[in-house]
Order: sequence, then C-alpha cells, then structure tokens
Amino acid sequence: MGEENSKEFIQTLADLKEQEALQMVKKRLEAGDDPLKILEDIRAAMEIVGNRFANNEYFISDLMYAGEILKEITEIIKPKLAEKKEAKRLGKVIIGTVAGDIHDIGKNIVVFMLEVNGFEVYDLGVDVSPEKFVEKTKETGANIVGLSGFLTLAFDSMKKTVEAIEKAGLRDKVKIMIGGGQVTEEVREYVGADAYGRNAMDAVALAKKWIGAA
Amino acid sequence: MAEKQDELFNRWLSPTVEFVDEKAEEAYKARVTRIRDAIQLKKTPDRVPVFPLVGFFPAYYAGMTPYDMMYDYEKLKVAFRKYVLDMEPDAHGGAIGPGPGKFFAILDYKLYAWPGHGVPPHCSYQCIEGEYMKADEYDALIQDPTYYFLTAFFPRIFGKLEPLKKLTPFTNALEIYGAFTPLTFVPFGMPDVQAAFKALIEAGNETLKWIGHVVEWEREIIAAGFPDFFGGGCKAPFDVIGDTLRGTRGVMLDMYKQPDKLHQAMETFTLLMIKMGASGAKANGNPIVFIPLHKGADGFISNKQFEEFYWPTLKKVIMGLIDEGCVPFLYAEGSYNSRLEIIKNDLPKGKTLWGFDQTDMVKAKEVIGDVACICGNVPTALLAVGTPKQVEDYVKKLIETCGEGGGFIVMNGAVIDEAKPENVKAMIEAAKNTEYN
Repeated sequence: MGEENSKEFIQTLADLKEQEALQMVKKRLEAGDDPLKILEDIRAAMEIVGNRFANNEYFISDLMYAGEILKEITEIIKPKLAEKKEAKRLGKVIIGTVAGDIHDIGKNIVVFMLEVNGFEVYDLGVDVSPEKFVEKTKETGANIVGLSGFLTLAFDSMKKTVEAIEKAGLRDKVKIMIGGGQVTEEVREYVGADAYGRNAMDAVALAKKWIGAA
Repeated sequence: MAEKQDELFNRWLSPTVEFVDEKAEEAYKARVTRIRDAIQLKKTPDRVPVFPLVGFFPAYYAGMTPYDMMYDYEKLKVAFRKYVLDMEPDAHGGAIGPGPGKFFAILDYKLYAWPGHGVPPHCSYQCIEGEYMKADEYDALIQDPTYYFLTAFFPRIFGKLEPLKKLTPFTNALEIYGAFTPLTFVPFGMPDVQAAFKALIEAGNETLKWIGHVVEWEREIIAAGFPDFFGGGCKAPFDVIGDTLRGTRGVMLDMYKQPDKLHQAMETFTLLMIKMGASGAKANGNPIVFIPLHKGADGFISNKQFEEFYWPTLKKVIMGLIDEGCVPFLYAEGSYNSRLEIIKNDLPKGKTLWGFDQTDMVKAKEVIGDVACICGNVPTALLAVGTPKQVEDYVKKLIETCGEGGGFIVMNGAVIDEAKPENVKAMIEAAKNTEYN
C-alpha cells in the first residue's frame, strides 16, 4: 500500500468519517500493511483533529466522536500488533482533578490533547489527594503537573496540592498549571500555580513552552 | 398571553402569607416589582435588582458544612435564615437546593456523590457521569418514558429500587380477564419488589419531613419580606438526555450515530418539560421557571449542531412555557457567545430571562438586550478569592454595560458554594448603591 492510501486514510479519519475509516483499516490490514504504520497515520489524523479543535472548527462533540472511532480502530488493530512499540514522547505530565472534585470532562480533553501532541500523560483520575500528586511526581520524575477543578472548593484543594508539592521539596522541579470552568488569573495567584489555561490548547501550549518545545 | 403572565406576577406579588409587619410587606412588594419590571422591559425598575444564586454558601457562611444542611433540617433553616436576613438580597432561591441527605441514603442513590457519601462533608454534591440509559434503549424511552424510568432508569440510579425492573406496564390493566389486570399486579406480591416499596415508603416519609421544613422556612422568610425567585424548573430536552440519561459522551455520539432517535427522544421530553415547569410555576404562584443550560454552551457542540439538536426543542419548551404565562429563566452556564445570534430572533420581547456565566456581556446586551432581560456574569472565582473592592468594581461595570433600559439583574455566573461573605455582601450592596446610567 502506498503513500496515497495513507494520506487518504489520514484525511478520512480526520474528517471523522467513521464507517469509511474503519473499512480502510480493515482493507489495509488484509493487504498486509504494517499495523505500526497505521498507528502512525492515526496519530497524524488525531493531530489534525486537535488542530481543528484549537481553531474552533471542531468541538467537544467532535473530540468525543474522534475518541470513539479511535477506540473502534484500535480494537481492530490490536490483535495484529506483535509487540507494542512505544513512540518517543516529548515529556511527562501528571494530571488529575483535585481532592473533593469529581468532574472530569475537561480534564479528559486535556489528557487527549496532550497525548496527541506527544506527551506521556499520567492521569490520576478524580478526587486526587495532594499526597497522590506528590507521590506520582516523585515516582515518574515528571516536571509538569496539571491540576483540574470545576468547583470553587477546588481552589483550596489546588492550593493545598501546590503546598504539598512545595513541602516535598519538588516545587522548583515542576511547573504547575491549573484549569477548569471557573479558573481565572486571580485563582492562579491564590493557588500559587505557575499558569492557568482556559482550554485544552492552552494546556498544550504551556506544556510545550515549559519543556522548551514551543 | 400577556394577561397570563401578569396573573402569575400578581400572584407572586400577593403571597398567601401574613407578613410580620407593613414594612416587610412593602419591602416584599417592592422587591417583586423591581424584578418584574426588569424582566418585562416595559419600564425601568426603581433600582437594579440583585439575586445571588447560592448553592451551599449559606452553610459555609453559618459555620456549618453542606452535610449539616442535608442531614439536619433545623440547621438548614438556621443557615438560610442567617444568609437572607444578614445580606438582604432582593430574592432568595428557597432552601430546597441542598436536598435531604437521608432520602438519598435510604434509596442508595448512585447518580450523585453527596457530602458524607462519596465526597467529604465540607464539599457540595456532584454528579457521577455515566450511561444510565444504554445506546439501544431509545425506543423503550420514547414509547413509554414513565415505564422506562420506573423499570430501567430507577433500578440503575437507586440501588434499593433494583427490583422495580420486574414491574409490568400499568397500561396492561385493562379488564377483568386474568391475563390483563391481575397479571399486572403479580410483581407487587414478590418479596424483593415489596422491599423496594418499603424503601419507597421510607423515602417518602423522609422527603415529606424535609419539605415540611423547607416550606416552613419559605413562609417565614416571605413573611419577613423576601420573595423566592423561583416558581418552577425544568430542563432543555437535549440536557435531559445528555446530563443524566445517556451522559455527555453518550449524547455527543448519538448526534453522529443515531440522530433520529435522539430527535424523537427530545420531542418526547418537550411536552413533559413544559408541563413540569408550568405546574411548578402555577402551584407556587410565581412565573419564573428555572432552566439551567449545560451541553449547548460554546465549545461543547458546533453552531450547526446547536441549531439542529439543541435549540429546536428548547425553543419549543420556552414557547410552551410562555403560552402558560411563565417566564423561562435560561441559566446558560459556560459561555454562550456564539449562540446569541441564533437565539435572538426567536425570543418574544419581555418574556424570558437569560442568565450568563462567562458570556461577553457587552455582546449579550447588544444582541438580545432589547428583547430579554439579562443577568449573571459576576464570577464565582472573584467571589471566592477576590476582594470586596474588586467585586464592587465588577458589579458597577456590569451595571454600566448592561443596565440601560432596566433589563438587567445583578447575579453570579455560576452557583455560589464557597465564597468570602464580605464579597457576597459587596455584590449585593454594589447593586443597591449603583444607579442606572
């Protein structure tokens, strides 16, 4: 299968044409295409999806649909993958919704966007205690931490998490970003974070800036 | 139509409550009149009305936790009383918001985590997203929503009501023939179904006790001169499906994968939502019907999807409520900048109220300000971490921007839980002390 096929597949997937994309994957596998090459194409397509989201051409609905198609394709490809080859990653990011808050839609989108942009993301889930953030930071040696929270009460949890990171002697080793529905510059100051983001693309831009890849 | 709205406003102006004194009665009427004038866009109110939309704020303010308010109804009343009497807003939202903790525990409610049950006592309740309705259950929902709720949705969201899935449709009970009416009642004899009904009785007892306290507080605070802002409430049909039935992801995928079913389900809920909102407004003698808007905000879906999926049935709900004399109060969480142009042409003048969170208020006033009263936008973040001076400046600026013609109410952009009391006070005082341009 040639470059043409690959290009067409990337475009079809980026345009979220579910059935056509799935058919293409099946055909490529039947024709003996390297599953790893297909994975690479998927990554390229998702990057286009991410860019369209950043440009307000795609919305959360499209991202969720893209995620669904991705899941379906992965299910087809997985059995054909002899071994998982890890792609090279830009850097490590730890992310979670802070203690007392269980909202995760925004956080999940940030995770998705960071991943398609080449970051290795450790998603700690929701209602994450300051201790867990500290522990994971130590364990992974990540130098970016993302704190998510939708509720106003999350502001205090964010503040406590930043304090815990400081207490553990890690504050100068990590950059901390915060985000969530009601987060503003005032909140960033209150929390003691390095930056805040209004959306997932802000998070990607910040992460890239901090690892010097922007 | 106009008479119907006036009739409900008049009932709101004259509650069946004995006021504590003439001063309280006068203040009550002035407050309702102020809000009515802002909404109807016929004349400028005597001053800008202010209504902080509070969630668990009264608990924190009174030195309690949300848990206390949900489990001790005396404390609930103490906290809300202290908040309203100390701060003197133009309206309150009732003491109904926190809800009865024991009720949720009795039925083993799984749809939310609440203080002391999934989240710590000092936190507010939070929705646990899930697909409580499966992708292939649209037909069942559309054909008989009540039966679906009773036998599929309830068993999933209330652990104790799981046996209800054994119930047969009540519409089978047509005549004496054994296979018709008697068979319909067989499930009621089963021990596990009976256990579910026992839990329902216990839950009913608890909610009755709770609502007694809520109503008692309501009458007391009205007697003191403070109107309840809300007559009733309902939801946008898209959010009905997207919030707690299919969940955010579910409803988003359904737009692509089964758009016709989604449309049908939203149609099914359109009439139900009109009935829900209007019956509350009529029972309480207050035209304002609260409709919190969620998944139609900027960023969630495209304008095209908004126009195709979100707006048509919401518009029908709005128009249906207006026909009943109600004032739909659309509380648009997140931001609505890209939707303003879409909604403006469909709004009859002086019949709706739009609450905005992070929407550009200059634009909102510009686009829909001549057909609808707008409110909101005081950031909860500012109330939580800002200073009273910052809050005051923010409110003054808002009044400058949106006050013209009187179609504006000072309100926060998202529900207030934790906030500095002096900031909430500053918000109320700034509204009272700032004149229209």
